[in-house]
Amino acid sequence: MRGRANITQLWTRVILVVCSVVFGLGLVWTALALPQEATGLARVVKPRMPESGVTNPVTAVLLNFRGYDTLLEIGVLLLAIIAVWSLRLAPTRTALERFMAETPVLAYLVRLLVPVMLLVAGYLTWIGSSRAGGAFQGGAVVAGAGVLLLLAAMVPLPRRRRLLRSLLVMGFGLFLAVAGGMLLLGNNLLEYPPERAYILILAIETLLTVSIGLTLALLFLGVIPEVAAIQQRREDNV
Amino acid sequence: MDNLGTWIVWPILLPLIAIIPIFLRKRSGAANVSLVTAAAIVLAVAGLARQVLTNGEQSHAVGGWDAPLGIMLHADGLSVFMLMMTAIVGAITSIYAAGYRFQGGGDSGSSSGYFFWPLSMFLWAALNVLFLAADIFNLYIGLELLSLAAVALVTLERKRDATVAGMRYLLASFLGSLAYLLGVALLYTAFGTLDLELLGARIQPDLPTAVAIMLITLGTALKTALFPLHFWLPPAHGSAPTPVSALLSALVVKASFYLLLRLWFEVFPAALTPAIAQMLGLLGAIGILWGSFLALRQHKLKALVAFSTVAQVGYLFLLFPLASTSAGWGVDAWSGGVYHAFAHACAKAAMFMAAGTLAYAIGSDQLDHLAGTFQHYPFSVTALTLAGVSLMGLPPSGGFIGKWLLLNSALASGQWWFALVILTGSLLATGYVTMVLSHILLRPPDAAPIEPRNTRVSFTLEFAALLLALIALGLGLAATPMLALLRIGMPFTGY
Amino acid sequence: MSQFSLYAVISMLIFSIGLYGFIAHAHLVRKILAVNIMGSAIFLLLISAARRDPTAPPDPVPHAMVLTGIVVSVSFTAFALALTRRIYAETGQAYLPETEPAISAQKQDIVQK
Repeated sequence: MRGRANITQLWTRVILVVCSVVFGLGLVWTALALPQEATGLARVVKPRMPESGVTNPVTAVLLNFRGYDTLLEIGVLLLAIIAVWSLRLAPTRTALERFMAETPVLAYLVRLLVPVMLLVAGYLTWIGSSRAGGAFQGGAVVAGAGVLLLLAAMVPLPRRRRLLRSLLVMGFGLFLAVAGGMLLLGNNLLEYPPERAYILILAIETLLTVSIGLTLALLFLGVIPEVAAIQQRREDNV
Repeated sequence: MDNLGTWIVWPILLPLIAIIPIFLRKRSGAANVSLVTAAAIVLAVAGLARQVLTNGEQSHAVGGWDAPLGIMLHADGLSVFMLMMTAIVGAITSIYAAGYRFQGGGDSGSSSGYFFWPLSMFLWAALNVLFLAADIFNLYIGLELLSLAAVALVTLERKRDATVAGMRYLLASFLGSLAYLLGVALLYTAFGTLDLELLGARIQPDLPTAVAIMLITLGTALKTALFPLHFWLPPAHGSAPTPVSALLSALVVKASFYLLLRLWFEVFPAALTPAIAQMLGLLGAIGILWGSFLALRQHKLKALVAFSTVAQVGYLFLLFPLASTSAGWGVDAWSGGVYHAFAHACAKAAMFMAAGTLAYAIGSDQLDHLAGTFQHYPFSVTALTLAGVSLMGLPPSGGFIGKWLLLNSALASGQWWFALVILTGSLLATGYVTMVLSHILLRPPDAAPIEPRNTRVSFTLEFAALLLALIALGLGLAATPMLALLRIGMPFTGY
Repeated sequence: MSQFSLYAVISMLIFSIGLYGFIAHAHLVRKILAVNIMGSAIFLLLISAARRDPTAPPDPVPHAMVLTGIVVSVSFTAFALALTRRIYAETGQAYLPETEPAISAQKQDIVQK
């Protein structure tokens, strides 16, 4: 780990390979000793499903039973964008990016694809309550659309920070507000009333889809959007 | 009837809520929101402490779902102790940071001075999440939140050294997390629960458990910088902006240590065989000697303080062999180790702050350039000295109580070799603290008169360091109530 | 060998390969990729453990853990890559300094101040 460059000397490489093999075999042996019968929580989850507000057990675990983990995980994502921005990378354009921005093929494809992708994202989020899908899947598709738009340089980045930041934080904000708001009702943290669970989960997931999608696309950009916007305008003026 | 008086949720909720306005604002707004939140967190922790003292341990089922389905929050004496440590150091560091001038440029919405606030608030949230968690996967997310915030804080000022140190820290941390996660995956696959208490009840001494414990311990030891996994710490802590160095050395390394403490004593105590306990203690002992030795060889003040952290982390691990030998002295050793963590947090944060103030004032971090600074910055030098007293373990400091309890149990349990290490460590700490002070106070006759570059150091900086140093010193006087608090929910019977 | 054991064994092998890659390679992007491979191995273990009984519906908890793990690993990867860009901007290479490989380190100062 102390990073001695690419290990080029033969004997160090041999030792490393031998160690890895021994370590790997140890893990394999461990894997074979794991119990074969299902030990998990499936049996605990099932009887509680009617109270969860949704019918997809994964969504029930993510947004209800273990919603606290998910709240923190959205926090990790928000932290990631803040952390990346704190590095204040310089806006650079690689040759590939310039080519992508100029080729008409990409522009055409983007016009065709982005609306469809957003539709798919909406569907994935909505279906998440009953089948495979949800805010993360939807958000990933939104992010894909965002990356395409960024590559084709077809979206003007906002110069004002407030609007974009509000969109980024709103999923986390609503989730947190709902979590804390339940205390006002005399419930525990994040304890939805069962009859309201569905609508609350759907609202949280909808905002999360937008926030997650935007966050991932902006992580791809890396540069602080206001800074990139200045660069963008400078290039447009040239 | 609302449920707002459930104090246990607020140390987690408050920093998370504060992040939203901080994220939307610019520098001065962010600083103000952070300072108000810091005060609120201190109050919330005090509220929780009162609740635990009067009613005993507190539990909260998040989402209203009890374990194993849901995630529990749990607060006992140890949790509250760690939360208090975090609240004190966090709040005073925030005050320090408000007066600190971060380098690295940018306007008020994108400068290092701005980004410190959201990142440190995430760090604080993560620490509180960890100290209240009762779920092994929830601990994982807390650790990740903590590591990411910590690394981003190290690289805040865009200095080359710090960027490289940050990358090394990130990779070490990444690896540690994966080892931990694999351990969690194995435990869940084998026992079908993530709740710490249930896991402790179900755990079997078989191969997957042993491997999982090994992976979790390795991963966590990497993050807490136990010798020989400490290589990333000195450059990262030494090159970070001063308020960040204080937070990292005081709090972040303690979080992963806390995790080890919880897991070894409460989830798999049966696995803590004498051999393993001696092994952890031995690594701690080598860490004490090696870290102190290297601290003595440093020429830069902040690097010296960072190496001292490697040594002080070593003391924490003496707890394992001393406390696991059962009977009466186990309680002493356990309390001593934890007390040492608290005292070290205050002392080390104070020391970093004072060191940072001096370095900023004279424009140099070299020990040789410190001569004569006492006349200009008496408060900072006093803070440095008082913090040093706690590190050396002299009465009445908090460090004295911690080391005394550890020493007592080492002698009572007949493990004299650890007693020897504790004493030698104190001696070496005296050595490096004296070395710093002699550079400050004794001036070679032929030296040029020093001219402070920034004679006007904000009083906030000096005041914050001094306040923390005084707390470190005063901790020794508060030992009786603090030790009583620690006993609530302690994993020992028959004390 | 049951289906679960097969997947579990493969996931452990992938984990070890990732670890080997992490140690053996100095290029930061390769290290980051190696870490992601290790992460995927853990996800594979969890997903296969979720359905050890092929007749019953799978256990949703490991699925949720994997989803969380993926988000965490995306966040870390994004930051690590951005940090690599910073290091490249400052040192002209995507290696940690002491690990300078046998290339002439041309300092390309693309960092603008």
